[in-house]
Amino acid sequence: MSEQSNKPQEVTINIDGKDYQVPAGMNLIDAVKQASGKEIPHYCYHPKLSVVGNCRMCMVEMGTPMVDRGTGQPMLDEKGAPKIGWMPKPAIACASKATEGLHVRTDSPMVQECRKGTLEFLLINHPLDCPICDQAGECRLQEFATDYGRGYSRFVEHKNVKPKRTQIGPRVMLDDERCILCSRCIRFSREIAKDDVLGFVNRGSYSTLTTYPGRQLENNYSLNTVDLCPVGALTDTDFRFKMRVWFLKPVSSICTESSVGVNTQVWSREGKIYRITPRENNAVNDSWMPDSGRRLYKQVESENRLLSCKIGGAEANFGDAIAKAASLLGSEKLAIVGSAHSSVEEQFTLALLAKARGAPVYVPAHLGEGDGMLISADRCPNTRGALVTGLISALPKPKLSELESAISSGKIDALLVVREDITQAGIDAAKLAGIRIIYIGTHSNATSQAAQVVIPAPTVFERAGTFINQNFRIQKFNACVPAPAGMRAELKVISEIAQAMGVEGLDGLTVPQVWKQMTTEVQELTGLSFESIPDDGRQLQAGRFASIRFPEGPSLRYNPESTSTATA
Amino acid sequence: MAVAEKRMILKHADEPGYSPDITCYMKHGGYQMLKKALGMKPEEIVNEVADSGVRGRGGAGFPMGMKMRFLDRKSGKPIYLVCNADESEPGTFKDRQIIHKDPHQLIEGLMITAYAIQAAQAFIYIRGEMYEGARMLETAIEEARAKGFAGANIGGSNYSCEIVVHRGAGAYICGEETGLLESLEGKRPYPRIKPPFFPAVLGLYQCPTLVNNVETICNVKHIVEMGGKEYAKIGRPNNTGTRIWSVSGHVNKPGYYEFECGALTYGELIYEVCGGIRGGRKLKAVIPGGSSSKILRAGERFKGKNKDGSEFDWGIEDIPLDFDGPMAAGSMSGSGAVIVMDESTDMVEAMANINAFYAHESCGQCTPCREGSLWLRKITGRMCAGGARIEDADLLKSVADQMAGRTICAFGEAASWPVQSFIAKFKDEFVAKAQQAGNASGAAKGSGFRLIG
Repeated sequence: MSEQSNKPQEVTINIDGKDYQVPAGMNLIDAVKQASGKEIPHYCYHPKLSVVGNCRMCMVEMGTPMVDRGTGQPMLDEKGAPKIGWMPKPAIACASKATEGLHVRTDSPMVQECRKGTLEFLLINHPLDCPICDQAGECRLQEFATDYGRGYSRFVEHKNVKPKRTQIGPRVMLDDERCILCSRCIRFSREIAKDDVLGFVNRGSYSTLTTYPGRQLENNYSLNTVDLCPVGALTDTDFRFKMRVWFLKPVSSICTESSVGVNTQVWSREGKIYRITPRENNAVNDSWMPDSGRRLYKQVESENRLLSCKIGGAEANFGDAIAKAASLLGSEKLAIVGSAHSSVEEQFTLALLAKARGAPVYVPAHLGEGDGMLISADRCPNTRGALVTGLISALPKPKLSELESAISSGKIDALLVVREDITQAGIDAAKLAGIRIIYIGTHSNATSQAAQVVIPAPTVFERAGTFINQNFRIQKFNACVPAPAGMRAELKVISEIAQAMGVEGLDGLTVPQVWKQMTTEVQELTGLSFESIPDDGRQLQAGRFASIRFPEGPSLRYNPESTSTATA
Repeated sequence: MAVAEKRMILKHADEPGYSPDITCYMKHGGYQMLKKALGMKPEEIVNEVADSGVRGRGGAGFPMGMKMRFLDRKSGKPIYLVCNADESEPGTFKDRQIIHKDPHQLIEGLMITAYAIQAAQAFIYIRGEMYEGARMLETAIEEARAKGFAGANIGGSNYSCEIVVHRGAGAYICGEETGLLESLEGKRPYPRIKPPFFPAVLGLYQCPTLVNNVETICNVKHIVEMGGKEYAKIGRPNNTGTRIWSVSGHVNKPGYYEFECGALTYGELIYEVCGGIRGGRKLKAVIPGGSSSKILRAGERFKGKNKDGSEFDWGIEDIPLDFDGPMAAGSMSGSGAVIVMDESTDMVEAMANINAFYAHESCGQCTPCREGSLWLRKITGRMCAGGARIEDADLLKSVADQMAGRTICAFGEAASWPVQSFIAKFKDEFVAKAQQAGNASGAAKGSGFRLIG
């Protein structure tokens, strides 16, 4: 296209007496937030959903410059400033767009009265559930009532009674009395999840949210309605009554369910994770995530978690395990099985070890059906990291047939396996008995059970690193909870093994140190550092891999056809 | 001598021997005006309607010609015509007479209007309870279609327009034009936010739509007959034509009456046409235009300036029976439903009755109306059950003030204006109710606890 800037046309709006430049036509709630930082309180509006204007919380005073009907000239007041015709009735900001000369008052007496009135109306039939409601602490009704409410109640009648604690789906609990009928959940289900299963029945103040008769809210995006619900009407059954949110610490992470790389927030207290919610990233997942990804935190405390080093099935200490591993891997017929679940830093380090020992590297693919939304066909978060770091040079396949034949023919007799159960990749468990295996991973499986040395590794929740998603976007994840006592980071394990094997240059590796090396040796990562990657990730130039036919189809924010590799 | 009715719309409605079938209609000159209209250009008809100054008779009183000119003709989308036959305003029973007794007048008016705006299709949205009326309309449409006055190639011209009769399902909010459009599209009748969904631009199926009341559309036929300027001579400036008034309440002769606008006053209507208050009692209050309009108290004086500068000082009896009269008195003529109350009326009970209606009919979409209307009902309900408190009058007014002007559609005003006016004009009765109940301020009967604050 032409060289002219594709910056949208800007208009001047006046917020509480000050002029600001905002993109023309921008939604007024977003424009006021972006320009002046002021929050216009609202319930039913959401930037990704259609506008309905039914909560009436975002009412503001609006005016436009007056124009003389005869001359067509703007009218001026005594001071020579443009005269503003303020509308006598308040207008809802969510249904208004930024236009040239629009004047807004976000905190005038009229606006304050409107907010008090709306809150009073919302509270009169709202049950006094705060002490038992999961939403407490992150409830917009609580917050706005504190900030803008009347402070006392004038309602002495009987409150409406509606169905409470109804399981409307396997994962979502509905309390109709708490519902403020903002319709966010209905619009999300219809417009985003494309599963039009929620709706209102009855009329007036007896309006009730319910599911279509005979159906449940059970699609794989049902828990997003819980995130959207401004009050405690829709709640997560898994999280119900488990923890008060003000005790929880949120840490940014990335979902490992697939190569979409959904941005997440992991909430934990004193080393225990209680829930995962999506983190907003308009380049990857908007404000949504699949329900299946939210349950991945359960792996941290699962029964078959590897917690201690083992040599020959018996517990051992770290030093002995490393020494034994190094000696077993001293063969010339060594091969390495890496993982697309490992982080970019871990894959880079493993690649260095493989190069130093001249060992071939195999990475199995995990494929599934993409849902066109936020689960892609590639069920590993970091396949592209393996390519970018040079761990592998071709697209991984589900079956490691080359490794299989190499083992059968005796060309390989020692395997360092990281985070993968190779019996799922076409290698017969019986064959494992004949070779020496060192297993580094998180959970016990057929491979770890056949291994001579097992060294436990932290899950994605217990370490920091980066993944490169399907769109070649590098994204950071952080440690949310500490790893179990005595467990070392995978980077440390690899570097200890390397040292013990006499490989130079891989000692004492940490994430920042690995980055120093990657940024000079890896083409796509030049000029980056772990700290410099923004919280919403960084688009990489992936021209090097343009010829590879990746398995993913379109997702919410990714179209393989029109992917440009320009920086974002 | 009582002012005589000028029956234009209801000319044949109660004539002995007049039946709603097309043969009778055509014997009385029916469908001649449709033929005349088809010989005119569509814009000419719109001009006649604009010249006539005819205003909507559904309640808002908006000039029909202006509404027709608002239609967006540049979008390329089909234009639709919708007749609002969802007569639900309490006190109103005029459209029903037209539909039951002279349905072809509506069909003819509909076809003329459709031709004038070049509508692709016409709909009659009739309230679900009027089952018989819907059947009669469908029969009438079949008869009209058989004679080529509706459907394909109307009157032999190359203009075609089908009429679809759509029955509602019992909601007052379907009388609100955008609520009607939502219901017609098969959805819950949640009125649309305006802007951006003005029916003239984004109406039925997001296409430009003209929505008008039954009586208003019937007037189009008469406008074509006599010409817009002649029509404008009936009544007075800005209040042209005739209006059908539905009078109910404590009068000796309640019923529907059609008068030239401004030909008489409310006093003449009540005391002369309707035979005065029943039982010889005294007038207490009048609701001039359907329950949504503000109530007028007997003995109240309404003072102000007319457009020509002259001053007026009216009692209820002096208010002209047209659009601008009740408006000058601080109320509105609405749908033309006059509800007369005599001194035996308990205003708190009347208020409770009205609040119960609005609470039942609120669609529930937006917060102030949904919660406020039910709260108002609960307050007056409690007051009538013996739990009235002194501060309830002020509370009612405060709740109503919080609703008016803050809602998506005019239902917010419709529910709050009655409360505001009842409290403004009959506060003494609300306070007396509390004193009768003997409730100390702050304690509500049956609540068992004191209010904090």
